[in-house]
Amino acid sequence: MSDLRELYQEVILDHTKRPRNFGPLEEATGRANGANPLCGDVIAVYLEVVGDTVKNIRFAGAGCAISTASASLMTETLKGKTIEEAQVIFDCFHDTVTSSPDTEVDLAGLGKLAVLAGVREFPMRVKCASLAWHTMRAALDGENDTVTTE
Amino acid sequence: MKQLDIDLVRKDFPILGRRVHEKPLIYLDNAATSQKPTAVIDALRDYYTQSNANIHRGVHLLSEEATAAYENVREISRDFLGASESREIVFVRGTTEAINLVAQAYARPRLQAGDEILISHMEHHSNIVPWQILCQQTGALLRVAPITDEGELDIAGFEQLLGPKTKFVSLVHVSNALGTINPVKSLVAKAKAQGVPVLLDGAQAAPHIAIDVQDIDCDFYTLSGHKVYGPTGIGVLYGRESLLEEMEPYQGGGEMILSVSFEKTTYNKIPHKFEAGTPNIAGTVGLGAALQYVNLMGIDSIAAHEHELLTYATEQVQQVPGIKIIGTAREKAGVLSFVLDGVHPHDVGTILDQEGIAVRTGHHCAQPVMDRFGIPATTRASFAVYNTRAEIDRLMAALDRVRDIFS
Repeated sequence: MSDLRELYQEVILDHTKRPRNFGPLEEATGRANGANPLCGDVIAVYLEVVGDTVKNIRFAGAGCAISTASASLMTETLKGKTIEEAQVIFDCFHDTVTSSPDTEVDLAGLGKLAVLAGVREFPMRVKCASLAWHTMRAALDGENDTVTTE
Repeated sequence: MKQLDIDLVRKDFPILGRRVHEKPLIYLDNAATSQKPTAVIDALRDYYTQSNANIHRGVHLLSEEATAAYENVREISRDFLGASESREIVFVRGTTEAINLVAQAYARPRLQAGDEILISHMEHHSNIVPWQILCQQTGALLRVAPITDEGELDIAGFEQLLGPKTKFVSLVHVSNALGTINPVKSLVAKAKAQGVPVLLDGAQAAPHIAIDVQDIDCDFYTLSGHKVYGPTGIGVLYGRESLLEEMEPYQGGGEMILSVSFEKTTYNKIPHKFEAGTPNIAGTVGLGAALQYVNLMGIDSIAAHEHELLTYATEQVQQVPGIKIIGTAREKAGVLSFVLDGVHPHDVGTILDQEGIAVRTGHHCAQPVMDRFGIPATTRASFAVYNTRAEIDRLMAALDRVRDIFS
């Protein structure tokens, strides 16, 4: 049962109930849609990139607690970062949530995103956590197709 | 009608003894697939250890036994569905393949651009997509009968759409997402009055209610073996003899032919005309064991037990603050779908899983139903003969835990 509390930590529930940076971004220079066809989650990620910096990032959509919290925490983390830094954080986050629960991960490098590491224990929910991130990267890359987790 | 001893019934299902996350398994995902009784598991094992051979060709004993076992299940299936002739029973992979077969082998050659196919808003994707493909191929149009806020078919809306252009009607008997039992006999009568053939998707009906295709008077009826305690990959298509006779084959290959030369091939008789290639013999034998198992318990006894469970679960769930039941038709079977305020069904599903409770969360392959109710997904508990009131009590306790975590 400790696993459940690990998954649904206070920080995650807080971001689920009060998602940060939620809603469209009029100044967006890039956007992408993401969908998890298995559960019907949909998300849009909006980016305002100035020079090589993510000046602003917001998201909209409807999803479960994990996908909403992950998206909300992502926007908080990436705002003000360079594109290169965003890619590094993406890789670090992705490696963490897709790693085997038995392996050691460097949670320190993840900052507040570390609260999402518990998803590793729930293989069926990894896609919930990663949807926003794949969508963000598609927005960075200027891809117009909807990203899916399948 | 006999009263079932559910404790005894549960002993027939070995998987119910296992534990999930250190809790006893409570399996409430029966609308996705049912668990299998020992009788079915043994039938598969016995077939492979005693009689395995290809059917309809060998002169040796094993082939004779395998053929007899396979054809015997056709007779069991005929009886189960209330068909008059066993040649009206075609073995398929499941309901999805059955509907595709009817769409391509019956409807396609008979449709012209502008003709209409009528389905309903509560169909599973497998009773939508084959018709959409057919519409693309023929220029026919798909018409969708509306449903009410309770999840019942809007009969007046159905009648309005059933017109001179309607060339085929395909409806679900029991909705997998809502549990609604459609009044199929009167719906079929309405279509037949206009000379329109009807297919009924019985995937969710077969495990829960008695079926009599002659009484219903439908032209096609389908079921999936794995939802009625049988193996996966085997299902039944009932087709009215006169219609099967006039249909072209669905697939070409072995078994569906009488003779082949490079100039001309003569097709086999029905139902073999529709069973190209070596079929799922073991699965068919397992299906036979499953249907016999249902007969042994009595479908009416199963229905009575499940109805009591559904009534109890509905009463209990209604007492949970913030829960809304999706699908409140007067006539329902086996399914309790709901949404909980402020908690996504996926989160409900994960927390229930930690309590050993298997439910389905998502759109249940019925996205138009979800759209109709303005929701992305539901949590669905679906019942089988082996479920108990005590399991529903544990479901309720687990839902309390969900609310506790998300409070």
